Amino acid sequence: FFNEQARLQTTEDEDEDVADPIDDREIFDILSVSINDPEHPLSLEELNVVEQVRVRVDDQENTVGVEFTPTIPHCSMATLIGLSIKVKLLRSLPERFKIDVHITPGTHTSEDAVNKQLADKERVAAALENSQLLEVVNQCLISNARTS
Amino acid sequence: MAADSALLLGLVEEFVLGQQDRKAVDTATGKLKAGQFTILQLVEALGLHLTSSQPQTRGRGVQLLSNVLQECYGDLTEREVEVLIVFYENRLKDHYVITPHVIQGLKALTKCSVLPPGSAVSILKSLFQDIHVQSLMLAERSCVYNILIQLMESRESELKGLGADFVFGFVQSVDGERDPRNLLLAFHIARKIVHEGYDLGKFTEELFEVTSCYFPIDFSPPANDPHGITQEELVLALRVVLTGTPRFAEFLLPLIIEKLDSDVQSAKLDSLQTLTACASVYEQKDLAQFLPGLWASLRREVFQTASERVESAGLAAVGTLTACLSRSVLNSDSEDSLNVFLELVLKDCQHHLCEPDLKLVWPSAKLLQATSTASYRASHRVAAAVLPSLIEQYNSRTQCAQRRTLLEVLQGFVHPVTSSEEGKYESVLLDFRQSLCSIVFSALSESNADLQITSMRVLTALGQQTDLLSSPQSDVELAVDHLTRLILEEGDPKVSLAVVECAGSLARLHPAAFISKMVPRLKEEIFSGGLRSKAVRQRCVAALAAVSSRPSLVQESTPVLLQVLTSAHTGTGAFSLEEVISVCHSLQKIAEQAQDTEETGGVFHDVIPRLLGLALQAALQGSSGHCSPILEETVLSAMVPIISTTCARLQLAGQTASRAVSLFLDGDVSFLPENAFPAQIQLLKAGDSRSQSQMVCLLMGCVCWLPRTVEVPQMDRLLLELLELSCTCDHPLSYTSAAKCYAGLVNKSPAGEALDSLIDRTLKRISTELDSASSPVRTQAFTLLLWVSKALLLRYHPLSTALTDKLFSLLSDPELGWLAADGFSLLMSDSPDVLNRGSHADVRMMYRQRFFTENSAKLVEGFNAAVQEKKSGYLKALSHIVNNLPRQVQLTELPALLPLLLEALLCPDQGVQVSTLSCLQPVLLDPPSALITQLEVLVGRTLALTTSPTMKVRIASLRCIHALSRFPEHEIMPFRARVLRALAAPLDDHKRVVRSEAAVARNEW
Repeated sequence: FFNEQARLQTTEDEDEDVADPIDDREIFDILSVSINDPEHPLSLEELNVVEQVRVRVDDQENTVGVEFTPTIPHCSMATLIGLSIKVKLLRSLPERFKIDVHITPGTHTSEDAVNKQLADKERVAAALENSQLLEVVNQCLISNARTS
Repeated sequence: MAADSALLLGLVEEFVLGQQDRKAVDTATGKLKAGQFTILQLVEALGLHLTSSQPQTRGRGVQLLSNVLQECYGDLTEREVEVLIVFYENRLKDHYVITPHVIQGLKALTKCSVLPPGSAVSILKSLFQDIHVQSLMLAERSCVYNILIQLMESRESELKGLGADFVFGFVQSVDGERDPRNLLLAFHIARKIVHEGYDLGKFTEELFEVTSCYFPIDFSPPANDPHGITQEELVLALRVVLTGTPRFAEFLLPLIIEKLDSDVQSAKLDSLQTLTACASVYEQKDLAQFLPGLWASLRREVFQTASERVESAGLAAVGTLTACLSRSVLNSDSEDSLNVFLELVLKDCQHHLCEPDLKLVWPSAKLLQATSTASYRASHRVAAAVLPSLIEQYNSRTQCAQRRTLLEVLQGFVHPVTSSEEGKYESVLLDFRQSLCSIVFSALSESNADLQITSMRVLTALGQQTDLLSSPQSDVELAVDHLTRLILEEGDPKVSLAVVECAGSLARLHPAAFISKMVPRLKEEIFSGGLRSKAVRQRCVAALAAVSSRPSLVQESTPVLLQVLTSAHTGTGAFSLEEVISVCHSLQKIAEQAQDTEETGGVFHDVIPRLLGLALQAALQGSSGHCSPILEETVLSAMVPIISTTCARLQLAGQTASRAVSLFLDGDVSFLPENAFPAQIQLLKAGDSRSQSQMVCLLMGCVCWLPRTVEVPQMDRLLLELLELSCTCDHPLSYTSAAKCYAGLVNKSPAGEALDSLIDRTLKRISTELDSASSPVRTQAFTLLLWVSKALLLRYHPLSTALTDKLFSLLSDPELGWLAADGFSLLMSDSPDVLNRGSHADVRMMYRQRFFTENSAKLVEGFNAAVQEKKSGYLKALSHIVNNLPRQVQLTELPALLPLLLEALLCPDQGVQVSTLSCLQPVLLDPPSALITQLEVLVGRTLALTTSPTMKVRIASLRCIHALSRFPEHEIMPFRARVLRALAAPLDDHKRVVRSEAAVARNEW
């Protein structure tokens, strides 16, 4: 595994008047930097769980779609990983975006069930009110951000 | 005497019964040292206890004796030592409770300088015989090792007489040691044994076994380890032992081969480094039989590794192995193992070089290069095998990428030969010179940019070889032609950068070719008129600057550049302003590169008058209507560094300076070329023409950069004129330059009465101008004040406070308040053109801190006293000062300034906002308690700034909010919802940089 190089700073980034649209790479950067796999000491990028090609953003339509690939087809943590990604995006993106997180087709045994859970707004909201679950999600999100 | 012995008996009694510890020892030692009794008397007094039937009692007795001995081993006589040693040796056979104390005592005795001959051997014999070291406690084991080290240092010859028994004893006592501290000692002993020629006898393998069982060392010190032993230390200590003697070779090499198979990264690395270390000691015969095995492992490491460190360690090992093999003298009957080894290497690597698309090319090339760097013989062999095929391939392949790879590999082979014993033999590459050159030249004429760049690197490498390019002059000239053509025709910035670099390094070696070929061509091109684009001329000028490293070249190139300036001045060449400036930059670059030799010195001695002359001509014409580019401020400012770099170094600087001074003061034009100036010029009179007065900046470049040993002539008159000019002239460049020049001179003038009165006069003059509100020259006076304060502040002059106080008072001035506030940033930062270390100015260490500690209180006071609308000036000044301070000082001082800084966040000026936020951020990472009480204010104000129109302010405030999230949880809890809501807005910022900061901050909250 290897990490993508950091995005190159261009002069446009410094220019006050140029508006940078939110693109795939930006979402990918948000995800790859700071989510840990609950079972490994590695980030999702290093495990190839999240890849830049599987991130779709439409800045005009306000939608973000992320497909993630669990490390093994019956990974028990798939739901948690999905939830972490979703929470991370909820926290990092403007409210106008509709966030859709699901498993890359054909990479998990109970793909449909997990996708359904992640798509269900009510269930996500309920999960986030469960303090224990929230604690675990925060664990995944925080630890790496501290070290980076 | 009787009283003494009674006392002694009492002491002994108390100690043995355990009532007294330290005190008894101290008293006894004191008395012994004072000569009140002898050690034998102490032993007599102890007599009963030493012969007691209770082992504990005997132990206490021996302990007392040992403790005393540790303190006063230096005072014993030889006779006493002998007796004591016999006693202690006997005690070793005693009960195990006593042993620790006995060893302590023996250790003390071995430190005696009067150790009788033969006793060292007997001590060791009994130690090895009677005790089993590994069953002792940690401290006692360390004692034993210390005894060994001590004896090895003082009685080396006796121990060597012991023969292999000593080694055997050591091996026995170390076998099984686990503690890292003791291991360090043990490795130390082993190193001595190996390096100082102790007889290993038949115990070589045992000694190796007992040490090598730790290889490779895997040791992670416990957290907060008080002993501070690192893995590194152990590794190095062990490596020295293992690589110490060729006699270990037959054991060590198989071990290394085995450990190289390990999966542990550090083990591999350690093995490779150990191999490198031992290969530099071993001889060919030690290595010969293991070569195939070693090569197989090394090849695998280099070919398959993912880690760069392992790869470079492997290459280093290959290099030293080759060097070792080539070092040894050949026997007529044995086969040459270097050849055998190279045969192996070539067999495995050579065919990879034929596949430039595959990734094994690089490791193979590196391996081969490592071997060829190692020795002349090896490079000869490798070059003969590899180069022909590489050259042939280059000629047969047609794809650019492949050719480039091949060329890069070739470059690798050209390079190493440079470092190998140059001059002793003719270069290995001589046979291939012709074909290499033709390849390089053909690559240079390709259109692919990467290929061109690589070929120029090869060319540079070839040029470094003494006899490669130079032997037929035609090759160098051909190379120069190619380079010239590239300069003229290639627009790719990467290529032109490479050309300039290559030309620069070749010009150093072959100046003649450049003089005859390149310079005239470039000159022609520069003056060919508007046919070519501006970019070409720019490249020509840059190339001229790059090649001018040798005096002979400087002599050729500077006239060309000067001619450009002249023709720009007369308007014949149609040179744009930027071109003129870039010519000035090139001249400056040449001045910086020029070694300080007589010849270049002479050249620049001519350059300065010509520059001055040009400027003067322009200035004189300027008043009569015709406008020359030399008059432009930007051009003049670009000329200043040329003059200053030259004056800062040149031996002739003094002469040049005195001429310049006489020009400016007296209008002495006699030294200028093309002597056609009117006789009466007064450059330092504010009077009519600004084009003349602004030339004072050239004077500044000249006199302010002189080394301090060079005296400026007519100093007093000069200062007077400058003061006048800076206070009366109304042209910004003129009066600022005059003020800078004045300050530069003041900074360097020797301390004393004269200087003090000068400053007094200056201050009075400034004050009168500043105090009269109607004076038209207040800005000028202020500028002068600022620069003179800086000059004095830098050298810690006592009068500087008077001037800076004046500056502080100006902060509340209605007109100059803002200027004064900005002035503080000038005061605290380094200026590039004057008053810096390069100009030999008197700059003390830490002047910023000093200024801050002396003046922060004044600033706060002034702030509190000022009326509302004036406060922002103080805040701005404060933020300038604080921002230029080193971080550590900032951290300690900030809590005191906190109220002011919080106030500054409300200040409308964006510069103040950014600098305040960037000061606050590091403090917030480690928050002082004063901050926590202010949290409410802090959060409110920083959040407000996240919507600022300036991107920098937004970023800085978001960083602060991020830092705030690390405050204690109970403190920030109340703000969480508010912060999260406020951070939603910057998440949708139109700048990506801002968004990413916001995302990070929000996630932390």
